Amino acid sequence: MGFPHTPHPRETLVLSKHFGDTDARTYKGWVKRGGYEMLNQALAMEPAAIIEEVKASGLRGRGGAGFPTGLKWSFMPREKKKPHYLCVNADESEPGTFKDREIMRWTPHGLLEGTAIAAHAIQADVTYIYIRGEFTEAWDIMERALAEANAAGVFGKIKIYLHRGAGAYICGEETAMMNSIEGKRGNPRIKPPFPAAAGLFGMPTTINNVETLAAVPLILENGAAWYKGLCLSNPKSTGTKLLSVCGHVQKPGNYEVTMGFPLKDLLYDLCGGMRPGRTLKAVIPGGSSVPILNREEAESTLLDYEGCVEKGTMLGSGGVIVFDDSADLVYQIMRLARFYAHESCAQCTQCREGTAWTTKILERILAGQGKMADLDLLLDLADNMTGKTICVLSDSCAAPVVSGIKKFRNEFEAYITGNRKPVIAA
Amino acid sequence: MADGLITLTIDGVPVHVPSGTLVIEAAKQAGVLVPHYCYHPGLPVAGVCRMCLVEVEKQPKLAIACATPVAEGMVVRTQSAPAKRARTSVLEFLLINHPLDCPICDQAGECELQDFTFQEGRPGTRYSPDYPKRFNPVEDFGPDILYVPNRCILCTRCVRFMEDVAQEPVLNVSERGDRAFIGIHPQGRLDHPWAGNVVDLCPVGSLLSKDFLHKARAWELDRTASICTGCSQGCNVTLDTRDDVVVRVRPRQNLEVNRYFICDHGRANYRWMNRGDRVEAPLVKQAGSEGYRAVDWDEALDRVRIIVGGASGKAVAFASPRAATEALFLARHLLGGFDWTGAFQLVMGDEEPLAGVPNLALRAERAPNVHGAELLGYTRDMSAALQAAEQSAVVFVLDDPQVSVRTAGAVIYLGTVMPEADGATPDVILPITNVAEEEGTFVNRDGRVQRYFQAKPAPGMARPAWWVLGELLEGTGNGARGMPLACAADVFDLMAESMEAFGGLSYAKLGLVGRTLGQGAGVPA
Repeated sequence: MGFPHTPHPRETLVLSKHFGDTDARTYKGWVKRGGYEMLNQALAMEPAAIIEEVKASGLRGRGGAGFPTGLKWSFMPREKKKPHYLCVNADESEPGTFKDREIMRWTPHGLLEGTAIAAHAIQADVTYIYIRGEFTEAWDIMERALAEANAAGVFGKIKIYLHRGAGAYICGEETAMMNSIEGKRGNPRIKPPFPAAAGLFGMPTTINNVETLAAVPLILENGAAWYKGLCLSNPKSTGTKLLSVCGHVQKPGNYEVTMGFPLKDLLYDLCGGMRPGRTLKAVIPGGSSVPILNREEAESTLLDYEGCVEKGTMLGSGGVIVFDDSADLVYQIMRLARFYAHESCAQCTQCREGTAWTTKILERILAGQGKMADLDLLLDLADNMTGKTICVLSDSCAAPVVSGIKKFRNEFEAYITGNRKPVIAA
Repeated sequence: MADGLITLTIDGVPVHVPSGTLVIEAAKQAGVLVPHYCYHPGLPVAGVCRMCLVEVEKQPKLAIACATPVAEGMVVRTQSAPAKRARTSVLEFLLINHPLDCPICDQAGECELQDFTFQEGRPGTRYSPDYPKRFNPVEDFGPDILYVPNRCILCTRCVRFMEDVAQEPVLNVSERGDRAFIGIHPQGRLDHPWAGNVVDLCPVGSLLSKDFLHKARAWELDRTASICTGCSQGCNVTLDTRDDVVVRVRPRQNLEVNRYFICDHGRANYRWMNRGDRVEAPLVKQAGSEGYRAVDWDEALDRVRIIVGGASGKAVAFASPRAATEALFLARHLLGGFDWTGAFQLVMGDEEPLAGVPNLALRAERAPNVHGAELLGYTRDMSAALQAAEQSAVVFVLDDPQVSVRTAGAVIYLGTVMPEADGATPDVILPITNVAEEEGTFVNRDGRVQRYFQAKPAPGMARPAWWVLGELLEGTGNGARGMPLACAADVFDLMAESMEAFGGLSYAKLGLVGRTLGQGAGVPA
């Protein structure tokens, strides 16, 4: 069991306040810390009032897309004619992301409380928390916490079930997750119909990320204005964000900062900077699916939804992957492409064939058998793979390839011209 | 619009369609075929092949025509540069793992991958010859079905057919990414009575019929609209002939009867159409001997005219429920002056419904024209008819070599093959054509009269039963219209004039999909 780092003074501890505190994991410990009070209050509130409060807070989805949470809830039918469902996306399959795992490990009751409040807000009868299969420790902790909370009867009529994933990346995509919960193959569905109209078992459904829901009790406790005030840059991005930093920094880990925090400070201050004698080369700021930033871009990026878009990338899930000058980006991009080729659900042609083809080309380049024309081919394939499929897995494979070739073309060319020795066998 | 239709423009052509119509269907009205693989009107929408990407004005991304409902004022462009480019790229992606073994592939010539690649594919490949293609061995899926995974483009039509239409989900997509293939349940077989439809649904040569395997190239085939003779459902089919031999039966779309499907029983029910042991000339019994003498039609017909003209009293017609309505009608008409009994023997089997389509099944009554025969007064009461035959002056046997007649009178036998049953030997044997060699109609169990067409020439001197009976009718003066019956359509017209149920109908009105008969039961006037 890994313990988190000692919090840095510049962090804003909202969700991670109790990280490392084993007592907070227990029902008694959570209640001692004021837990489940907000749920009790919320259950007495009109659902619409909760939705309004969350809308006013500016909370946006932390799973990657950044869709306003209150607005998403308001899409659910107000007049309930069919069973409503809430799905909590705890699949956290995005490479480079490990924040939800920590929320579940340290504050399982915080997640359960937020989940129950959300279920009440959208009038859900049943809630499924879909937990990534590999998260064995988090699973055990969540199971224990749920049993404790159920025993204490805090959820009222709301039923919460844990559902374990089986290792597919794509099951983190909300419609694939719904299929998976239904016992079907985890294939994304065509939208429309959107989940709020016909989701799980064909019923109105909302899917929220763990980090999103964990923030909900705190918003109710401290008020929407407080949450909205947590903002260093663009007022459209409010609250705090857990950033999972991995790669070439001195102190990788989860860091919670206020929206709009400079990426540069995160890397050089909070994470202790590069290893001695190394310099920053590139950063993937939002999990493996977003475009890569080079050093200049990374050092001027403000970490919120708009700040990342301004630099041509996305905040995504907040999985910050750092590369120093020792990193071989061609190899890294190949590894990403290989991951997507492995995880493609095989429905859409562009994705099924494109991810594998892209991987093959990158492997050939790394084996010293690439051609210059391969780079244009990669870009053309990436273009054909973007914006044309049911879900964005295909786009996610294309993003690092396009940004990698654009920003680090010389590294690709070095393999092709023979200036760099092949690193893998043909 | 006031009439509840939605108006949109597809490639500059305005079309009016009901709300809820998919763009891909609306495009057909504009005369535009949007290339597609996974979409099929008889299956739930999957939206996975991404081939039908089209540009919709005011939408930021290309849309798949198969999952986009029409909207008022929508402007769709199938031929815009981004749409064409997207489809070209899908074709490129589909072909990188495709073996391109068209020269030995059964689907060649009727392959949608081939067709659309010719239409808008890239002239060459950018996939390096050094990269291996996906390879999986051929699998035996069922009694008549082979799966060639290397050719598969994973459109999932077969999976959806088995899951949603046959409702026996034995197929799935196994594995992921470019390793994916169509998997079959380890204890399952593709042996559902309607499983053969997956072969037709497969847009490429991945699912093959063992029966048709390497039998013909698509471009050598002649196609003829016909009606399945397997049961009383009356599924619309196409007979594929190669050098005047029927080599394949495939479903022909009729939304009212069989939608896009036929059962395996009907699909396999064609070999008898190619039988070689046919009666090829009219035969008359030689006086004082057991043998027959081959004669020309004039002599044979004269012989029958004399027999029929000189007889009176009882007459019986044993007619196959596989015979054309026209022949059944004329046989009855011809014997109008007699105390007439008509009967047929009917083979029964198990009913095998197609779960996902209402009112579609392989019917227990295994003949196509049971309803037509009954409408014309023939009954299933064979024992009464056999009894009546014993005292009859004339017995007609129409296209049923199995019927064993005992009679004091004359037996006139019209058949494709020699009589196979014991009993009275016919006085005259008249060679007739089978369903593939003539035109005619059947009336299905729902009272729908449907036409079938001639697919191949008749052997020897065999003639359609309606012609033979029409010629006999001319000679007896029994109800002739004053003009010769020159074609099957004339017989049908005569029937329409004299029978209320067929009133107002004609071959032209029946067209390729048929019409339901009026409710009034009809007997010859």
